[in-house]
Amino acid sequence: MWLLFLPLLIPALAGAAARPLAARLEPRQATWLLTLAAVALAACSTAALALLAAYAAARLPALAAVGNYSQPVIRRGDPIPVAAGVAAALALTAATTAFAVMVRNRARALGESYRRAAGLQPDGGIVVLPGGSIEAYALPGLPGRIVVSGCLLDRLDSRGRDALVAHEQAHLSERHHLFVAVAMVAAAANPLLLPVRRAVEYTVERWADERAAAATGDRRLVARTIGQVALLARPRPGRRTAGVVLGIAGTRARRMSVAWAGPVPRRVAALLAAPPRRRTVLLVACAAIVVLTGGAALEAARDLHALVELAQAGR
Amino acid sequence: MRDDDAQRLPSGPAGVPRRAAGALESEVLAILREADGALSPGDVRQRLADGGHGDGPRGELSYSTVVTIVSRLHAKGLLTRNRSGRGFTYTAVDEAGLAASRMSRALGSGTDRDAVLSRFVSGLSERDARLLRDLLAGDPGPPDGDHVPAGGDPGQAAGRE
Repeated sequence: MWLLFLPLLIPALAGAAARPLAARLEPRQATWLLTLAAVALAACSTAALALLAAYAAARLPALAAVGNYSQPVIRRGDPIPVAAGVAAALALTAATTAFAVMVRNRARALGESYRRAAGLQPDGGIVVLPGGSIEAYALPGLPGRIVVSGCLLDRLDSRGRDALVAHEQAHLSERHHLFVAVAMVAAAANPLLLPVRRAVEYTVERWADERAAAATGDRRLVARTIGQVALLARPRPGRRTAGVVLGIAGTRARRMSVAWAGPVPRRVAALLAAPPRRRTVLLVACAAIVVLTGGAALEAARDLHALVELAQAGR
Repeated sequence: MRDDDAQRLPSGPAGVPRRAAGALESEVLAILREADGALSPGDVRQRLADGGHGDGPRGELSYSTVVTIVSRLHAKGLLTRNRSGRGFTYTAVDEAGLAASRMSRALGSGTDRDAVLSRFVSGLSERDARLLRDLLAGDPGPPDGDHVPAGGDPGQAAGRE
């Protein structure tokens, strides 16, 4: 009966593999793979929970009467301990509730965003925020809007502005918010997929970075602009003096720690390195594991079906 | 960053009753909207005294009253200000900017704002900031050749996880 546990195990594996994959794969490929894998694995694990719960439910006398099958046959053939079935039923309830809540939240948030985007009048393609904040974001909508604070625009030179706008434009034209929303919903159904969701949030940024690099023709420009804006956006005052001191101390820590760092240094490091290559073999291997998981869930469902048929014949 | 203190004042500016304060605020806002450029509180006070706005007879407003009013308007996001000498000058925010800043604040109050908005940069920890400066310091700056900058390959780096 191990087939039933495979769909519950693979998402944990996917969670562990998500971040290294996000760093290795070309961002567009990575985004598609991780998003689709998250959906497929969430579906498989939910199906596996439902099957486990179904085994437990099949032992109920009332169901046996309705389904017209032999309870003793089920008892003899049922490979799942009742406790496991009950635990699965509880987990299934939690998963479907979390899923429904997340779907509603996402739909609301996106609806809100679309409504607000429709109400904004861009000035030369972007909406400029007044005030002294350092802000830049893409607001999904039909059409979406790029919102940048005037204060930030003042601090960037024209090429930096181009890089920033190209990045945000890529988010909007490639509908990155939908990938993220789908990954969030999948991770709500199975919390083991949370690292996959975070990886998708990272790969869409990388995707937009690469698009900005292609649009401006300068990877280092994009890297420098990201770095500049990130440092400007820090809430801490007195950052300049602190920077000089820490900059010297930091040379010891060096770049091997980039892999453990937050998204911004990883994005900058990726842009300063050579452009990413497509890695078809890795992609196919990952997809194959996901397909196998689906196959396992299907096979387990067939096993349950066979058992019930046997029990019906034994009536 | 926002001047919240001005907003939390229990009573109207400098002892002026609340309703009068509201009327004054809209009067001051009207003056700033009609002005060609930025105005200092002193300019605003001068124009208020010159009349042209409002109707009822009113005694001279003190300088501090005007300062309180403009800082309240600034706190509400209706004015932008720039430092000029020892004080500030104020400009009215235009309609489009107002709508945008209202939206930005409304989205900011939501718990999952970042999930909808694709922000250009996410937060930076102290360690990330150090690393970032390190990476950028290794970058030779505007392109001068094809040599690989000292950024390290993130793929290889990730392999050590």
